[in-house]
Amino acid sequence: MSRYTSATDADREAMLERIGAGSIDELFADIPASVRLDRPIDLPAGKPEQEVYGYLRDLAARNTSAEDEITFLGAGMYDHYVPALVDALISRSEFLTPYTPYQPEVSQGTLQLMFEYQTAISELTALPVSNSTLYEGPSAVASAGWLARLENKRPRFLVSRGLHPHSREALATTSHGYGTAVEQIPLAGGVTDADALREAIGEDVSAVFLQQPNFLGAVEDLERLAPIARETGALLVVQVDPMTLGVLRPPGDFDVDIAVGEGQPLGNRLDFGGPSFGFFAAQERFLRRMPGRIAGETTDVDGRRGFVLTLQTREQHIRREKATHNITTAQTLNALAGVIYLSWLGRKGIVELGDLLLQRTAYARRTLTALDGVEALHDQPVVREFAVRLAAPVDRVIERCAERGVNPGYPLAADYEEHEDGLLVAITEQRTRADIDRLADVLGAAVAAEREAVHA
Amino acid sequence: MADATYPDDVKYHPEHDWARIDGDVATFGITWYAQDQLGEVVFVEPPEVGKSVSKDEPYAEIESVKAVSDVVAPLSGEIVEVNALLSDSPEKINEDPYGDGWLVKVRLSDTSELDDLMDREAYEGSLS
Amino acid sequence: MTATIFEKSVAGRRAFVAPEVDVPRDDDALPERFRRAEPPRLPEIAEPEIVRHYTTLSTKNFHLDKGFYPLGSCTMKHNPKLHERVAALPGHARLHPLQAPARAQGALQLMWELQRALAEIAGLPHVSLHPAAGSQGELAGVLLTRAYHEARNEHRHRILTPDTAHGTNPATVTMAGYEVVKVGTDADGGVDVDDLRSKVDDDVASLMLTNPNTLGVFDRNIEEIASVMHDVGATLYYDGANLNAVMGRARPGDMGFDIVHYNLHKTFTQPHGGGGPGAGPIAVSDRIEPYLPRPQVVRRDDGTFDLDYDRPESIGRLRGFQGNFGVFVRSYAYILSLGADGLADVSDTAVLNANYLMARLRELAGEHLPAAFDRTCMHEFVLTGGPMKKALGIRTADLAKRLLDKGFHPPTVYFPLLVDEALLIEPTETETKETLDAFAEAIAEILAEAAEDASIAKEAPHTTPVRRLDEAGAAKRPVIRQPL
Repeated sequence: MSRYTSATDADREAMLERIGAGSIDELFADIPASVRLDRPIDLPAGKPEQEVYGYLRDLAARNTSAEDEITFLGAGMYDHYVPALVDALISRSEFLTPYTPYQPEVSQGTLQLMFEYQTAISELTALPVSNSTLYEGPSAVASAGWLARLENKRPRFLVSRGLHPHSREALATTSHGYGTAVEQIPLAGGVTDADALREAIGEDVSAVFLQQPNFLGAVEDLERLAPIARETGALLVVQVDPMTLGVLRPPGDFDVDIAVGEGQPLGNRLDFGGPSFGFFAAQERFLRRMPGRIAGETTDVDGRRGFVLTLQTREQHIRREKATHNITTAQTLNALAGVIYLSWLGRKGIVELGDLLLQRTAYARRTLTALDGVEALHDQPVVREFAVRLAAPVDRVIERCAERGVNPGYPLAADYEEHEDGLLVAITEQRTRADIDRLADVLGAAVAAEREAVHA
Repeated sequence: MADATYPDDVKYHPEHDWARIDGDVATFGITWYAQDQLGEVVFVEPPEVGKSVSKDEPYAEIESVKAVSDVVAPLSGEIVEVNALLSDSPEKINEDPYGDGWLVKVRLSDTSELDDLMDREAYEGSLS
Repeated sequence: MTATIFEKSVAGRRAFVAPEVDVPRDDDALPERFRRAEPPRLPEIAEPEIVRHYTTLSTKNFHLDKGFYPLGSCTMKHNPKLHERVAALPGHARLHPLQAPARAQGALQLMWELQRALAEIAGLPHVSLHPAAGSQGELAGVLLTRAYHEARNEHRHRILTPDTAHGTNPATVTMAGYEVVKVGTDADGGVDVDDLRSKVDDDVASLMLTNPNTLGVFDRNIEEIASVMHDVGATLYYDGANLNAVMGRARPGDMGFDIVHYNLHKTFTQPHGGGGPGAGPIAVSDRIEPYLPRPQVVRRDDGTFDLDYDRPESIGRLRGFQGNFGVFVRSYAYILSLGADGLADVSDTAVLNANYLMARLRELAGEHLPAAFDRTCMHEFVLTGGPMKKALGIRTADLAKRLLDKGFHPPTVYFPLLVDEALLIEPTETETKETLDAFAEAIAEILAEAAEDASIAKEAPHTTPVRRLDEAGAAKRPVIRQPL
């Protein structure tokens, strides 16, 4: 079905005549007959718009989204409220439909928002330089690994077992190509084992990767860990949850070399895992090794302030095989959602929201661990997510809760064999005290029922 | 500078580099033609003092807004000084390629290599 | 210039109203030594001003919904409005990526069906939707090649890329731990097969190719190229940036390619968003399949859909979760809307439009802007501005800037690198004949004007929100954040 094209038969005829071709087939004469497709593509015929809408609406209806249940799922993406102004602004054609701003004179909107975004990320992380996004969180961690490789070519990466499992795996997948080995530093009491880190660190370590708060929700003692990580000249990379940076000390406080993270909590949808954005901030000395686009301020020939893509000689289209990264298309529209969201939250709001998460999370941990058969997996401070151990099979407990319209969280077993009984519970401002009480009610009943089932 | 200049007091390498010889130390830079091709220089990645350079091999990088060029050593030796002025004012390479825009000073290891370089006349001839 | 959102900040203003702390306070919840002393200096501003600020910024952008955007290699085709509606359905937009597969059946089915459709379009049996963009798809593809050879105990060190390649290809090769070897281009614009043969041996892991390539030329020798690579056990990688030219006409799998990446934000019309998001799924042949990233979306025997993590030979994941799902919804809506005929019509019309525009420009501007390769093009073509520069004293950059005054986005300029003063023009299938005519006429006007007075183009643009910007100054003394 012809769709979104305008060429009529008369147009086609006139155009072919101008070209000097007898038919459209002639235009494809360069394709050798032996590799031409001699049948139609084996796909259904095209459908009218309302049928496509209906089909996809029906598929969407088969998913249980955060609209349909009270969810405590987190583990890297969170069901925060996205204010209406984000949707309204990012859906404007002027932001939605341009390409990367290669012509700055007609791209000042995009370039300025990139500059504002970079400023916001610098402020959040307390690090001087930020790029204007990578794809998402775990690949941003992998990109920090590649920067470390360019920087010092040392053969080992040390990763905390508290680093998101997806980040650890993305780093391992990509570093396999250039031959840097990835070694894990275990957790002790829910946080990175400082003694094990001290034991493993050495002159041959390229970079150390930590997460704040770590995957189990625990606040890491960066004041203690950072000097150990940096003692032999390794780069220190910390993946941070941007939503906690109103209350938690930022990476810049600990002279972290690179801070990266998943930007989804900042005004982006869950979208079943993407698209979102990855942020990447660093110390000034890494500016010329940064991956991705960077917007910079300048002036035009009339002396007016304006913005351009800058330091482009780092990038693939100029430096090719010596580029600092291969990234081209990044996540600018998602960054726009991020900077609008941060402007909406504002200087006070990011602290207030952080504090709300902190208080509700503390309450949820107290409430859940008071239940029979539920205990804290660790006792470290937590901000927005915490791990518990259940005295009943976690998958079955989750099933029971789901039947009652509550998704109690993420089972840890698949990623942490040592925590087969672990459940990771995330709190957002959309989960009220009443929701938490409901979780306690449902979870307590589910654990009790499963324990009874075992005893029966 | 707007007009092409090729002074007589330096020797030229076909990759558009020059060397000014002073005893066993030579000053290196890039020619007017090279800076004109590159456009406005915005950054120089300088080599370190003490590093050795080999004739015909790259020893530094010069960046314009949309290009990166390797700078090739016209002669071999050990770097004894780099032009610190360029880190703040890389445009000196455009403004004064044979003066303030010099890149490094090198203690030469093999002065016989001088025979391979061109004089002004030969270099200018190679450009046309 | 509009002041930045930070400059508009006034202490005490706000947009966000915090939900009340509805639980008993625990003042010991976070020990003081972990607490941030000074809050990040985010803007303090009320909602009306945020809306006005970003609306004002938006008006400074040229965009596809406003006008012609013939940016070569970027496939700036219309973005159907239906796609935004279906992507925003709460069942998609608020679906958590870690929802149990049993409660995400609609999403997994959508992904599975998209995989099947993409596989059919590329002529390769297996698809992974995992990579976040074309560049990550490339990295996945090269790592798949590495895994394939390592499984055979082969350790190869070099990968070939044509000198016409997108910069991402060589950049990817380096990131995957290989050395780049460049292959030359023949007089027809295709791979120089003799040069290729001289560089291929059993230390070569792969050749990365775009076909049609960045010159808009379909490589007639593709079968020979494939056999040269396969004879030494190397893989053939297809950069899908130009897939828009051949849908329904030819398939990379049938040409002998082992690994393909798609740019859903090009061929399958995800809006580009000023620089993303996109998505870069990959398709592979049977021999590469075991190494695909995990998880993989599968259909179980009982007809349910699932995420398969049990892939012991997988290269692993390159990113979090299971891909840019929001992009998949849009691209699948596109495939459903067009169907088999519609997709074939896309390529037919894209190629027709490109050849028509090339013909019009030959008539109106051929003397100053001749085609770099004078033959039938595919969905895009390259002109050289060399004669224009010599005769009229204006460069391709000047022409591009003057086009802005005429209300057009310029083509890709100074790429491919091997063409002097290059303009790479890709009109796409969604443009009308009238638009193509108007663009060709605008170029002719600019050339005629330059013959009278070159300074108009050299100082262009004149009518844009800002004029030419000092890029050198920005690079010399980078200011990349607002000082606060």
